[in-house]
Amino acid sequence: MANKFDIQVRAEHEYAVLETAGYLNDALGEDLSKKAQELIEKGYTQLVINLEQTALINSIGISILIEIIEALDERDGTLNFCGLSATQERTFRMMAIAKYAGIFPDEKAAIANF
Amino acid sequence: MTNTVLKDQVCLTIPMDRDMELVAAKTGSVLAELNHFNEDQTEEIQLAIIETCINAFEHSQSEDRQVFIKYIVKADELECKITDHGVGFTAEDHHNRIINRQQIHTEMRKRGWGLEITMNLMDEFNIESGENGTTVSFIKRTAS
Repeated sequence: MANKFDIQVRAEHEYAVLETAGYLNDALGEDLSKKAQELIEKGYTQLVINLEQTALINSIGISILIEIIEALDERDGTLNFCGLSATQERTFRMMAIAKYAGIFPDEKAAIANF
Repeated sequence: MTNTVLKDQVCLTIPMDRDMELVAAKTGSVLAELNHFNEDQTEEIQLAIIETCINAFEHSQSEDRQVFIKYIVKADELECKITDHGVGFTAEDHHNRIINRQQIHTEMRKRGWGLEITMNLMDEFNIESGENGTTVSFIKRTAS
C-alpha cells in the first residue's frame, strides 16, 4: 500500500519552511530529515515545519523530528512547528518536544517567534 | 438525525508489513466516527492503534508475522484488543529498550514511546504478555 506523501520547501532569506503532507512515518520522516539537513548545511538555523496537511504522525516519525531538533541544537538553531492537531500537540508535549522546539498555531506565528 | 449506536464487534488481521498499521487505524477511525466520537478522539484512537501495531511489528518476533485486532463497539465506548503471537515481553524488557536509546536531552528520548502514548490517550489500558504472545487492550469513551 502506497503512503502518498510530499514535502514542500520554501527557503527565505533568514529562515526556511518545510511543509509536509501525508502520514509522517519513517519514510516521510527520513525524507524530511534529509531536506532539513540540506538546509542546515546551507546555513539555515531557523526552520519551521508546517504539519497542517499531516493528519497522522507515528512515534518513529516524531523520533526523526527529534533528530532535526538535535541537529539544529548543535548549531544554536531553532525549530518551530505549526499546524498541529490537538492530538499531535498533546503527543509532542508528552514527549518533551515542546521544551526544545516551539509550537505555534500557524506559520505566521512560527516565523514571528524566531 | 437518529443516533444509531453500534453494538457489535469487528475483527481484522493485518500482516506485519509497511504501513499496514494504517489499515487497522482506518478501520478504528470508521468505527469511531460511526459511534459519534469527535474528531480529536478519533485521531487519538487511530494513534493508539498505530503505536500498538508498530510495537508488535518491531518487537514481537512472531513467526506468523500477523497482528489480530478486535474492535468492540459499545454504547459509549470503543475497545480495541491488539494481539500478536510473538515472544512476549516484561516491564523490564520495555525499560531496557528505553534506556538503551541515546539522545542529547535525556527527557526527550527518541524511541520507546508507543505504550506511553497509548496509555496517555486512552481511558483504560491493559497488557497481557507471555510466551505465546501479547495482547494490548484499550478503551476510549465518547465522554472522555
